[in-house]
Amino acid sequence: MVERVTTLMTDPKKIRNIGIVAHIDHGKTTLSDNLLAGAGMISKELAGRQLFMDSDEEEQQRGITIDSSNVSMVHTYNDEDYLINLIDTPGHVDFGGDVTRAMRAVDGAVVVVDAVEGTMPQTETVLRQALREHVKPVLFINKVDRLINELQVDAQEMQVRLGKLIDHVNKLIKNMNEEKFKAGWRVDAANGTVAFGSALYNWAISVPMMQKTGISFKDVYDYCKAEDMKVLAEKCPLHESVLDMVIRYLPNPIEAQNDRVNVIWHGDGSSVIGKSMAEADADGDLAFMVTDISMDPHAGEVATGRLFSGSFYRGLEVYTSGTAKKSRVQQVGIFMGPERLEVERIPAGNIAAVTGLKEAFVGSTVTTLDGMIPFESIRHVSEPVVTVAVEAKHTKDLPKLVEVLRQVAKEDPTLQITLDEETGEHLMAGMGELHLEVIGHRIERDKNVEITTSQPIVVYRETIKKKTDPVEGKSPNRHNRFYIYVEPLDDATVELVKSGDISMRMPELERREKLMAVGMDKDQAKKIAGIYGSNIFIDMTKGIQYLNETMELVLDGFEEVMKAGPLSREPVANVKCVLVDAKLHEDAIHRGPAQIIPASRQAIQASLLMAEDSLLEPYQKVFIQVPQLNMGGATKELQGRRGLILNMTTEGDLALIESRVPVAELFGFAGEIRSATEGRAMWSTEFGGFEIVPTSIMVEIVAQIRERKGLKKELPKPSDFVGI
Amino acid sequence: MLTFIGLGLFDEHDISLKGLEAVRAADLVYAEFYTSCLMGTTPEKMEKLYGKEVHLLSREDVEQQPDWLEEAKTKNVVFLTGGDTMVSTTHVDLRLRAKKLDIETRLIHGASITSAVSGLTGLQNYRFGKSVSIPHPYESKRGVLVITETPYDTLKQNSELGLHTLVFLDIDKDKGYMTVNRALELLLEVEKRRGEGVMTHAVAVGIARAGSKQPVVKADYAEELQNFDFGEALHILVIPGKLHFLEAEALVELAGGPVAILEEAD
Repeated sequence: MVERVTTLMTDPKKIRNIGIVAHIDHGKTTLSDNLLAGAGMISKELAGRQLFMDSDEEEQQRGITIDSSNVSMVHTYNDEDYLINLIDTPGHVDFGGDVTRAMRAVDGAVVVVDAVEGTMPQTETVLRQALREHVKPVLFINKVDRLINELQVDAQEMQVRLGKLIDHVNKLIKNMNEEKFKAGWRVDAANGTVAFGSALYNWAISVPMMQKTGISFKDVYDYCKAEDMKVLAEKCPLHESVLDMVIRYLPNPIEAQNDRVNVIWHGDGSSVIGKSMAEADADGDLAFMVTDISMDPHAGEVATGRLFSGSFYRGLEVYTSGTAKKSRVQQVGIFMGPERLEVERIPAGNIAAVTGLKEAFVGSTVTTLDGMIPFESIRHVSEPVVTVAVEAKHTKDLPKLVEVLRQVAKEDPTLQITLDEETGEHLMAGMGELHLEVIGHRIERDKNVEITTSQPIVVYRETIKKKTDPVEGKSPNRHNRFYIYVEPLDDATVELVKSGDISMRMPELERREKLMAVGMDKDQAKKIAGIYGSNIFIDMTKGIQYLNETMELVLDGFEEVMKAGPLSREPVANVKCVLVDAKLHEDAIHRGPAQIIPASRQAIQASLLMAEDSLLEPYQKVFIQVPQLNMGGATKELQGRRGLILNMTTEGDLALIESRVPVAELFGFAGEIRSATEGRAMWSTEFGGFEIVPTSIMVEIVAQIRERKGLKKELPKPSDFVGI
Repeated sequence: MLTFIGLGLFDEHDISLKGLEAVRAADLVYAEFYTSCLMGTTPEKMEKLYGKEVHLLSREDVEQQPDWLEEAKTKNVVFLTGGDTMVSTTHVDLRLRAKKLDIETRLIHGASITSAVSGLTGLQNYRFGKSVSIPHPYESKRGVLVITETPYDTLKQNSELGLHTLVFLDIDKDKGYMTVNRALELLLEVEKRRGEGVMTHAVAVGIARAGSKQPVVKADYAEELQNFDFGEALHILVIPGKLHFLEAEALVELAGGPVAILEEAD
């Protein structure tokens, strides 16, 4: 097997890099396992029950996928061998970061949808992530047998239902990326880009497969009705239908990179490295994007990612973006499930796992080209909303804990670790309660550090309500002055910044045009000096001597405030800071970091307070499916938590409730909803954005946060930051 | 009454007699050593000489919260600095604040490096242009390394007029003392980036421990001089402009400069 894999690796036309994405419990992992079994990677008896891709104990216990798993396999299509590099991704919303990263590594995605449940919130989220990265989708409709055997629909009703589901997926694709939709990215059963079947019972069918095997739609219905799916599994094996579809309709690395490189990299496309990536040239300079870092007990840190150009081999000297140090590649390998197999050389177009990249973290660009423009940073749709304080149970473990936290943060970029300087506590912020629980368990189990964690705390944001006049910030030595005003950033611009559609790495002209397209003034659009979070800094000054080399310091001050606002030291969101004038000392020594950073910081802090700095709180969308009998209990539970019910529909005797609830009120929800509905509610959540905290409770919340952070309890005033 | 006193170049004995008398007569003695410092002495030695306790002030005490100024309303306060007292431009601010508080001020001068370099190198003091400082490079949070080009600009302006440039070197409490070697390295790096020829084939003069018994003064081409061992801090640098023949001779004879500069001099 390994030889077949290594031979195919060198022929990009024979490679498909794919991800499997879905809403939680729609059957991704069962599908992956059966694909592996079909390709002869694991035994057929074990597949489906073993959850081979879920190699982590935690995953097997919880029955969900937490980390993305990579595996390579070989499939024969039209008598030719193909190499399929597969990534299975988690469906639970708390682990959305993994999906985003996996999408960078692959070119195509198998979107799995449960035939009974249809498209769900996470289906939408993962599809959006795929399309944003120009990853082409095909559709697998799973659990079709349930339609027949549980819902008792007849053959015609079944066709109608499947047709509706496909239409809905297409509507999503069209809304998310109309250009690609028009270019043929819609999924279509007649064209063969849709397969349906049962991952658990190991069969699937598609139009090309029907032609190949002679099995008709009616046959499928009858076999299911007769509960004789063994025959179906023999005649139309799952792996054959799905992998045939993958090979035939998803792009190979050369086709894909040609299209994707300008989406994920904003350097000059006509440069040597630009061309080399577009062509997946194995002899070009190395260009590798790290999408995952994991720990191997023997080999140390393993960096996994997509190799867009060049080849990896042992001993290669490489640069890592963001650091000047060179590192030397040690082992080079591919993943076969949890096992990493060493190979001699991996050429462009593959997913590679290498050791020795000491400086790399998730999102790093690794290259042999000094000064290469890095890949666009990986965009995360969700933002950390919950934090816990972590302490070592035994004081002697403290140094180890510090190291372990650094390590888990490196492995999971959606996790933010900070040290609270006031209290000396280590804070861990993540995507939700479950996310942090899993990380906590992992620290104890894998890293052998016993820890205690505090009650989870909500991560708020600060934002402003109005525009201010310019505020003067003076350097401590009083020889430098900055005049800065702030105003709320409009929604369209915020969206542009958050989605990563504009960045400081892209050419100025391109950025300007995108900003102007959402209504920003030309004068401002061409003067963007910095972007941090969903905030931007604009330099509207003209011809001030020395400001150019001082701007990095001004921006450091800006970043400091955006990381921790003046009101409660929570991150700042949706703010535009505009520098209108500056007076600088002639000599560089009198405008160093100790002078400029505080001047810039204090001007921004004071102006935010003058602009009615307020708190934003995170919400989650909560979707509940509950028998109508128990609906009252569910709605009461939501309303008691400041929840807003957005929509309520019924399907048979089931009620579907869509609501929006502040994260602050959601702690303990899992237990309460169970008892409120006699355990009959099925529910899922997704990130629901931010809303301003009602004025009636804001002062109290701010005071609580400030007290917790060891700040003085009274609310700060602008005059605390600048002389007025 | 607030008296600003310059302590001179190297150790506690560089203070003027007038300055010493003023310190001894003072009610309170403050000192700051973050703009410049005397390498040949310690606060303890100074206290022993003055017979007074010396209160050291941090940058924050001087620039942000100079509460101690208030004392000068009723007491005789002296404020000590290295070199001459007002050469560090930020101290003017202190004098202005004192004036606003109706505090009478007085200056007692000390020897300054700005005149000492003329003496040590033989470069004529009226042929100097604008001075400039070279700070340690700064790495921003976005990983951008900022190497200031202001010194290069100043050198360029001065050299166009044929003037010498005195280059002050950073004293940083975290990053340490900037050396002549590192300063030249930084200037040559900017030269590489800008390519305007200011440092190409330029002569430089490095000075170490001015005011001590063994000052080092060495002139050479910048590329060569960056490898010269100057020893302990403090260092200072001069990039000469056009050389008068006497200046050239002084650099060769007193600072071991390359003989070739004699032919280039006017």
